[in-house]
Amino acid sequence: MAKRFSAAIAAGLLVTALAACGGGEQTEGGASGAPDSGTTITMWTRAATQAQSQRLVDAYNKSHKNQVKLTVIPIDNYQPRIAAAAGAGQLPDIFAADVIFVPNYTSQGLYLDITDRIAKLPFKDSLAASHMKLGTYENRMYTLPHTLDLSVWFWNKDLYKKAGLDPEKGPTTLKEFAAQATTVQDKLGKDGKVHGTFFGGNCGGCYVFTFWPSVWAAGGQVMNEQGTKSLVNQSPMTDVFQTYKDLYAKGVSGPTTKEEQGATWTGFFPKGEIGVMPMPSTTLGSMPADMNIGVTPIAGPDGGQSTFVGGDSIGISATTKHADAAWDFLSWTVGDEAQVEVLAKNKDVLARTDLASNKYSEADPRVVLINSLVAKGQTPYALRFGQTFNDPQGPWLRFAREAVFGDPAKLAELNVAIDKSLAQS
Amino acid sequence: MTRLAPPRAGRDLDKVAARASHARGRPRSRRYIGMLYAAPTAVIVGVLFLAPLALVVWMSLNKWPLLGQARFNAPENYTKISDDPLFVDSVFFTLKYTLIITVLLSAVALGLALLVQNRRPGVTFFRTAFFLPGAVGFAAASLLFYGMLNPDFGPLGFMDVKWIGTPNMALFSTIALVLWRFAGFNMLILLTGLQAIPVQVYEAARTDGASRWQTFTKITLPLLRPTIALMLILSITGSLLAFDQFFIFTNGGPDNSTVSMVMVIYRNAFFRFDLGGAAALSVVLLAALVALNALQLRVLRGGDK
Repeated sequence: MAKRFSAAIAAGLLVTALAACGGGEQTEGGASGAPDSGTTITMWTRAATQAQSQRLVDAYNKSHKNQVKLTVIPIDNYQPRIAAAAGAGQLPDIFAADVIFVPNYTSQGLYLDITDRIAKLPFKDSLAASHMKLGTYENRMYTLPHTLDLSVWFWNKDLYKKAGLDPEKGPTTLKEFAAQATTVQDKLGKDGKVHGTFFGGNCGGCYVFTFWPSVWAAGGQVMNEQGTKSLVNQSPMTDVFQTYKDLYAKGVSGPTTKEEQGATWTGFFPKGEIGVMPMPSTTLGSMPADMNIGVTPIAGPDGGQSTFVGGDSIGISATTKHADAAWDFLSWTVGDEAQVEVLAKNKDVLARTDLASNKYSEADPRVVLINSLVAKGQTPYALRFGQTFNDPQGPWLRFAREAVFGDPAKLAELNVAIDKSLAQS
Repeated sequence: MTRLAPPRAGRDLDKVAARASHARGRPRSRRYIGMLYAAPTAVIVGVLFLAPLALVVWMSLNKWPLLGQARFNAPENYTKISDDPLFVDSVFFTLKYTLIITVLLSAVALGLALLVQNRRPGVTFFRTAFFLPGAVGFAAASLLFYGMLNPDFGPLGFMDVKWIGTPNMALFSTIALVLWRFAGFNMLILLTGLQAIPVQVYEAARTDGASRWQTFTKITLPLLRPTIALMLILSITGSLLAFDQFFIFTNGGPDNSTVSMVMVIYRNAFFRFDLGGAAALSVVLLAALVALNALQLRVLRGGDK
């Protein structure tokens, strides 16, 4: 009996093992025949860029025989879902990912090599450089830029006017940013509703997105080039922390700053409660129409301009059976028609620099400004980015919170933890 | 009497089997029928429990990538466990949480059960009301509290209290959530135990002039012991495996002060993609739980004698 029982277990294990190994097979692309022959393509994206993805998918489905089936996954669950699906060999045909996670995914072999397909695109040199760089692993290319989301400073012209500031002059240095926020707070903050500024104080990704451009604008860096060593314990990062620390200590930043986990950090500005704050450029299109908003590049303590070129990259999963159909959709999304008639029409930042000024963007100088920042901004590269900087239990969030709300004496030790996480093999 | 039953039943089965298949040999068909009866359970246990368990143990001995070939690296995944300060902290935090929640949950559940144990007008209403939170999914309940206590839009957020803003308040709020969600369920367990105590025992105690307190400590509690033990096992095991409330409600914060052991396992597997390391942690946690449950059951049996 015992022998037969163990035989049954062995059989069960074999099935499980086979299922697990199935995920590792590389499928040759092109098995499905012509690229646009009515294939159903599955695609995943995260909620942050749902609107843009949905518009692209709808436009493609309307004009093609292939049909893309889009699944939107909550931001916090996206990484675990991808990991679980990859482990089970159940990745969709196409999936987008936060651009900073892409190096890790490519190093894990989740994306199909599309170097040769990209080489045939006539506009390949105009694709957003930072996204393309992060999608390249060991000289092979795996992803295309999907959506771009840049961090910029928004200021509320209506509140500026009420506070006696010049509504047409936004900050050009981090020091001016702090001074203007303080003025709004002093003049209008007595009702407890309006505040000078706001930031996501318990959200690692928010710090990265909104604070780091000030470091780059000042000519500094946050990591070494390989993304294996942290430089966040040095100036100018420390100066940037100090500015925000003072703002919070003086009550200029909203009272829930310290607890803000990232789900609602962009929600206060559209309510007209914040004077000036860093915001994602993708939110410009959804701001209230009757609100007068100024947009200006994020600056360093004494000037300069930069931005975090965030957003999503998109690639074909290594396990797909519809590589040609998937590429048909991907290459269409970066083509002229989709870029101009779908993205530019909705004030989104384009994936191609050669189309930055087009018939739609010229109607709004703020959009032209945001598009022009793509070339000035940076996207940091690190293989272990997510677990170090985005993960709520990662070392960066502890570091940033001690720097802004806590005890500077602990920073040296926490910086070692960041180094250790970045260098993990 | 009962001890005699199986052989006799077995012989009856033999006769049935023999009648059913004259051609084939008796012992073999008997063996097949037995196996057939056991097969569904064996398959379910094998596929859903033993195979995954064996796979986890095997994973814990390998460097296991998301895609591609695993590489044997034992015992590295085990030796590096103590190097992870987050996990070491989470062990202490989980034990602390388990201790607090088990004491409070038992006390509240027992109080509720005693309140509604007798048939009185309206008692069904209160039983239902106390049990009702248990019908809300735990993840949904965690989100509910997150919204309710949110300082920006929650109905209880207007009070100038940082409900999840400091380590102690975050733990306090989570305990409130778990009590609200689970007290009714534990009450139900205790209630079945209370109902099983024969009325005659209470009547005899009353005839002998026992006070209410004496009745409670000398009759109710001792006779309730097996039920309390069951509740404790469920509560302790559940608390050591705590995940939803800390993952959704506090997100492990502030400053990693509410990170439970299972959260670290989840993080290692799905954020750091260290599947082998996560499997090793799971194996260690499983071993600890098995040992703990064995100990608890032993204490319980010892008490029965």
